[in-house]
Amino acid sequence: MVTIDILYFAWLRERIDEPRERILTSAASVADLVAELRLRSERHAAAFRDPASVRVALDQRLADFSASLCGVREVAFFPPMTGG
Amino acid sequence: MEIEAPLYGEGELPRYERHILLREIGGQGQARLKRARVLVVGAGGLGAPVLLYLAAAGVGRITVVDDDSVSLSNLQRQVIHSQQRLGMAKVESARIALAGINPYVTVVPVEARLDRTRAADLIAGQTLVIDATDNLPTRHLLNAACTAAGVPLLSGAISQWEGQLTLYDPANGAPCLACLFPVLPPDELQVTCTSAGVMGALPGILGAMMAAEAIKEIAGAGQSLHGRLLLHDALWGETRQIAIHRSAGCPVCGPCRKDPT
Repeated sequence: MVTIDILYFAWLRERIDEPRERILTSAASVADLVAELRLRSERHAAAFRDPASVRVALDQRLADFSASLCGVREVAFFPPMTGG
Repeated sequence: MEIEAPLYGEGELPRYERHILLREIGGQGQARLKRARVLVVGAGGLGAPVLLYLAAAGVGRITVVDDDSVSLSNLQRQVIHSQQRLGMAKVESARIALAGINPYVTVVPVEARLDRTRAADLIAGQTLVIDATDNLPTRHLLNAACTAAGVPLLSGAISQWEGQLTLYDPANGAPCLACLFPVLPPDELQVTCTSAGVMGALPGILGAMMAAEAIKEIAGAGQSLHGRLLLHDALWGETRQIAIHRSAGCPVCGPCRKDPT
């Protein structure tokens, strides 16, 4: 198990009602982490119901959901923003 | 012998003195600003500070596109418009405001919604395009047109208390919008200022940052947002940056892209 900081932006943050959280996880990949997060609460499940348009950054570098979490300290989930 | 027309109007140059004093801009950078042509799509929350600062900076020609008119609920954040211009086309209201700040800037108002044909015509010959629109389909349309024309696209977007900002420029190795966000979210997740609200000063913050990046890009100063996405959270007072890259399989700028039909 490792400790990872998770950051949420835009409507993800709104749905989860927190901008960040620190969790203990054994998830091997981003996809595994998302599956784990979905089980944390109804809010998390709602936030990750349709993650196809959500992007992820590992330690502030853009990555794919298939990417490994080995050595990663921070995971940021962010969707495209719309308004202007 | 043909005599070249002077770059600046009579009495114009002193207004740019504080920029010319900056080592990173100087006389050369100011001349680049004066010769620049910038297309600003959207004269709303983000467009307001972008337009005001670019005109004040002496960008030679600014084309502004918007099909909307000024309404009361705009005035909480769209500081280029005014109570006296309620009901007026936003591009005309913007033109009046910019003429009041800098009469030496040529402002071309285009009261229209962007479509593919119009986008290609408007983008041709521009130094820089600025995406200050309020919806994702238009953002993607603009991205495809800028990619096809090889013109850099400085793009800002906001949502309630947060903003995103980057420079899309696949012609020079930076990603395009479709590299970063290839999938359009479902309609209910495309949160707009109209549907979800927005803190009034937020577009001021992001729009001023966009203006600064535009000035840097045109003058050739400092480090641009090439390959970096900036995320600003006004509610928590935090700014982060994320390293972004081109996607080899991008349908818009990748080697297997589909050309628009």
